Amino acid sequence: MKEFVEGSHAIAEIIKLCRPGVISAYPITPQTHIVEDLAQIVADGQLRAQFVNVESEHSAASVVLGGSAAGVRVYTATSSQGLFYMAEVVFNIAGMRLPVVMTCANRAISAPINIWNDQQDSISLRDAGWIQIYAEDNQEAVDFHLMAYRLAEDKRIMLPVMVCMDGFILTHGMESLDMPQQEKVDKFLPPYKALYKLDTENPITMGILADPDYYLEARYAIQDTMKDTLGYFSEISQEFKNVFGRDYKDMLVEEYQVKDAEKVIVAMGSVCGTIKEAVDQQRAKGKKVGLLRIISFRPFPHARIYAALKNVPKIAVLDKAVSLGAYAPIAVETKAALYGKKNAPKVISSFVAGLGGRDITLETINEVYRRLGAKEVNSDFIDLKTELLKEEYGE
Amino acid sequence: MFGPLTVKPGKSKGDKTGSWRVRSRPHYLHKNCIACRMCLLACPEGCVQGKEKNTFWVDFNFCKGCGVCADICPKKDIEMVPEESKLEDK
Repeated sequence: MKEFVEGSHAIAEIIKLCRPGVISAYPITPQTHIVEDLAQIVADGQLRAQFVNVESEHSAASVVLGGSAAGVRVYTATSSQGLFYMAEVVFNIAGMRLPVVMTCANRAISAPINIWNDQQDSISLRDAGWIQIYAEDNQEAVDFHLMAYRLAEDKRIMLPVMVCMDGFILTHGMESLDMPQQEKVDKFLPPYKALYKLDTENPITMGILADPDYYLEARYAIQDTMKDTLGYFSEISQEFKNVFGRDYKDMLVEEYQVKDAEKVIVAMGSVCGTIKEAVDQQRAKGKKVGLLRIISFRPFPHARIYAALKNVPKIAVLDKAVSLGAYAPIAVETKAALYGKKNAPKVISSFVAGLGGRDITLETINEVYRRLGAKEVNSDFIDLKTELLKEEYGE
Repeated sequence: MFGPLTVKPGKSKGDKTGSWRVRSRPHYLHKNCIACRMCLLACPEGCVQGKEKNTFWVDFNFCKGCGVCADICPKKDIEMVPEESKLEDK
């Protein structure tokens, strides 16, 4: 049934339907509404779960780590500084192969302090061993949480999943969406049975010291599983389609008017809604433009991206994050996916926009298509206010 | 794929940390021991054993040679000796 709801509320509802046993989170803008609603849901007795109030994100992540290690389905959510405060536990969760699901309500990173949206937070933790999927709209954000648990708890995968949704744009955006029914969720997502868990009757140690004789293999195993996971996405997506009717295909990327396009933007997250609108407008004027939306940033679908972009002459990669002092993150990956390949695009330019919540408008997107010329540019900032910049400090 | 992930209790006994010892090892003199057990309690590896006076000994499979036992002994009945020392207590 269609409901007109706020993104955060929709996430709280879908998490309720996923029946986690332990939830722990510390409030941070713009994630707050999600966990606020979940706390209410638990307090109202609509969900039999322990909602553990903690003093920090480091503790929230540690609580869900412990809950998951004890064999229980768990959930947490955070943003920005909160995610960074969790960072060491985030790496531990992946290293211990615990199927934790977390929502990252994407927000900029201090300093200067800024509560608005970009994707610097989750992208900065790209190497942690978590699967990262990025939603374009709230229907996807809802559906991706269901698939996140399936991916995480898959016995072949056993890796945590971060569902990334743009702060405010999605979390606080009202949208008409189809909220799945409990019976269907139960059908798609059976109760979690741990492969291994902390149990006083059958004690084991997790995350024990691995000296140089063991550590390399533990890391290799995650890398190898990530590679295999690229293939499991489509399997789970197909099952999702069978139960709920919505088709996310291989769930790695979405091609929008790419087939005959001469210029394609590669981007991720909610900005893709704006880009699709720009593509429609330009197509109406006869311009052959398109969009390749990346859904799975980790594992990164290199082969799938090559398959989609070969024969496209010009690519613009639009990042809502930067790697200060180097090329922008998605641009680096996209270039690596295409480097040295037959019929690879001649021009792969990289643009940065929308940092700290600067609106990415249709005009921003059109500017990207305009600047995508014969000369390759790297980390070209769009909508830069040069009047705010000066060479020397002082009045 | 999974790498080394979980272990049963007791696994750390397989890590023979005695191989980390480089310079010196404790030598128990067994002269003035009062069985205060401070060496046993203070040992970070838990590798000191013994009950009665002058019966305490070190499991060199695990002793890292840190010297905490010698330092804490109130009767100065434990000496740190060079690793290559021929003193009988290995």
